[in-house]
Amino acid sequence: MCGIAGIIRSDLAPVEQSELQAMIETLNHRGPDASGISTFGFVGFAHSRLSIVDLAGGLQPMQTPDGLLTITFNGEIFNHIELRAHLKNKGYEFRTHSDTEVILHMYAEYGPECVQHFNGQWAFAIHDRKRQEVFLSRDRMGIRPLVYTQTQGRLSFASEVKALFALPDVKREVDLKSLNELFTFWSPLPPRTFFAGVNELPPAHSMIVKNGQVKIWQYWHLDYQPNEESRSLDDWADELRELLINATQLRLRADVSVGAYLSGGLDSSVTAAIIRNYTNAPLNTFSVNFNDKDYDESSYQQEMIRELGTDHQTVCCSYEDIGRIFPTVIQHTEKPVLRTAPAPMYLLSKLVRDSQFKVVMTGEGADEVLGGYDLFKETKIRRFWSRQPDSAIRPLLLKRLYPYMKNLQAQSPAYLKAFFKIRQDELDSPFFSHLPRWDLTSKLKSFFSNDVKQQLVNQDPLADFESQLPQQFSEWPSFCQAQYLESINLMPGYILSSQGDRMAMGNSIEGRFPFLDYRVVEFASRVPVRFKMNGLNEKYLLKYAMRDLIPESIRKRPKQPYRAPDAHSFIDTETQSARFEYVNHLLSAEKLQDNGLFQPEAVQRLVKKMEQGRAIGTRDNMALVGILSTQLLVEQMIHGQTVSTNPTRHSSAISLT
Amino acid sequence: MNSIQNDVRNFVADNFLFGEDPAALHNDDSFLETGIIDSTGVLELVAFIEDHYSVEVDDDELIPENLDSIDRLIAFIESKLKELA
Repeated sequence: MCGIAGIIRSDLAPVEQSELQAMIETLNHRGPDASGISTFGFVGFAHSRLSIVDLAGGLQPMQTPDGLLTITFNGEIFNHIELRAHLKNKGYEFRTHSDTEVILHMYAEYGPECVQHFNGQWAFAIHDRKRQEVFLSRDRMGIRPLVYTQTQGRLSFASEVKALFALPDVKREVDLKSLNELFTFWSPLPPRTFFAGVNELPPAHSMIVKNGQVKIWQYWHLDYQPNEESRSLDDWADELRELLINATQLRLRADVSVGAYLSGGLDSSVTAAIIRNYTNAPLNTFSVNFNDKDYDESSYQQEMIRELGTDHQTVCCSYEDIGRIFPTVIQHTEKPVLRTAPAPMYLLSKLVRDSQFKVVMTGEGADEVLGGYDLFKETKIRRFWSRQPDSAIRPLLLKRLYPYMKNLQAQSPAYLKAFFKIRQDELDSPFFSHLPRWDLTSKLKSFFSNDVKQQLVNQDPLADFESQLPQQFSEWPSFCQAQYLESINLMPGYILSSQGDRMAMGNSIEGRFPFLDYRVVEFASRVPVRFKMNGLNEKYLLKYAMRDLIPESIRKRPKQPYRAPDAHSFIDTETQSARFEYVNHLLSAEKLQDNGLFQPEAVQRLVKKMEQGRAIGTRDNMALVGILSTQLLVEQMIHGQTVSTNPTRHSSAISLT
Repeated sequence: MNSIQNDVRNFVADNFLFGEDPAALHNDDSFLETGIIDSTGVLELVAFIEDHYSVEVDDDELIPENLDSIDRLIAFIESKLKELA
């Protein structure tokens, strides 16, 4: 796992080493073990390496012996051993044991279609000297990042935006359209990033850059048809189990030890249990606990630790911890976040790093792929309710769905109906499943400054998203539509990036996700909906398939979404003041006015409400985190300022930490 | 009468109308239709009524008919106060 960067000049001027050097230095956290730079006339690549496979031979950028192909690669091709055997049969000779060399030869054999054979997580660029072009590609689910920008005479690409900003000709500017999308969907719609002029290569896409022209295409599609109705539950369960075991075994291929996250939930319990029962690898597990017991899952973690006999370590997370590392977290996410949930993941990857591990296995992706999220249940209940809109009983299911949301418990059906969107136009929307979430999030836009509101007046994020939906979308079952939206939007845009790759790589840790093996994803998309969600029993097939490996208490526990304390991490209601100086500074009227994105008076009203302990709802919490993280991004990435994390004079942070 | 209206308008402005102009909110605007209130907001409203007027709001009174605009809030508070008297 690594950081990559490169420059491709269309004006055919030579690429300067010093520029590549400046780019790759910003990505040192992604690859602290080694770095390399290669230039070949008007193309230049850079690489920072975290050594995991073939520690001695895998240096990059790597070239074929004939000098015709050069690659810079971030990620893993897990089936590289099988592909190597296949290529050897065809006469290819190998100089290293690395998966990097396998990609080079696969490209030589199959061209851009080579990615169809890869099982892995990747972002890479290959310079093809004969064809005078550069081929770039990103994995199917969007696990590894790849951003690029075009300026006068050249295209520059990198793992993270900060490497592009190391170049003098790349402007640092907020993309307001993207801000609007982020404050609707939690992440900009690809290819937009938070920064104007900087694009990401979307998941499952490849790209060729030649003579200053860019060609981008999607090489893989999620499809939820056909739903194979005739197979039995046992038949599906057997195949899922076999696939997951194999996906986990493939992901243990490394020349270093692999650890595993253990959240106390079903998914990470499954990956850990498979490692314990189906591999010879030692099992070291890691988890995060919270001082605030509302968020803590340690009792379930302890149960799995006992069950599996793992060597386990935990890091405990307080309000102050989250507030203190938040500026660093945002420096890595490179986009605003509406929840602090990434922050504890950063502390967790640090624990893994401090324990001398470089790779962790996690249960990420299971909820999207196998139907675990509350949102899917909520959608099902809302559809069920909408058939009898006057029912007094059906809306009560929504209360049962969210036992941890105290605010919901007191609501009358009339209010539930309004909040959960079951009117006819909402029922007919392709986004039915996501309307309550997006509607709530969109409310945060009232904090935008008048100038920003004015510039966005003709924007319609939902219409833009609708234009990106595939043709078959309308033919899929409602449940699968919700799964699709979650899998192409929130998962790559937030879960795998802001909360995933960026938090892990911030501490030089590589995440691996058996549930996101493309064979598992393709398999799961064919599973009938009733086996994914049986009644209101989520991930039913997974629980059934793993029933002998996972204790009943974990399989039957109510699902708890992973969350972390939000506003409390920044504002102390006891002293009625901010915990850290940067919070005061960035939310001050002057700073808000300077940046011009939010209305100072509105933000100040919100802060006052928070200080007085009157802000208890999701919307207020999301607003504070969203505004603060946006201000942090502008301060750090656009103005290039460092943010101090000194506690305020009133703060109790000093005595507690 | 005027004081209830002022109290209610101030409470709504301070707690729900962060970025909107309080003067633009009409007394008969629906909080739900204008989207200025979420599920927590309903409870914040109820807590305000109970604390400020020392009345108790029953579960079956938690309906938009009582709470969904400045006008409805005023009428509801007045009726609760009448019960007390």
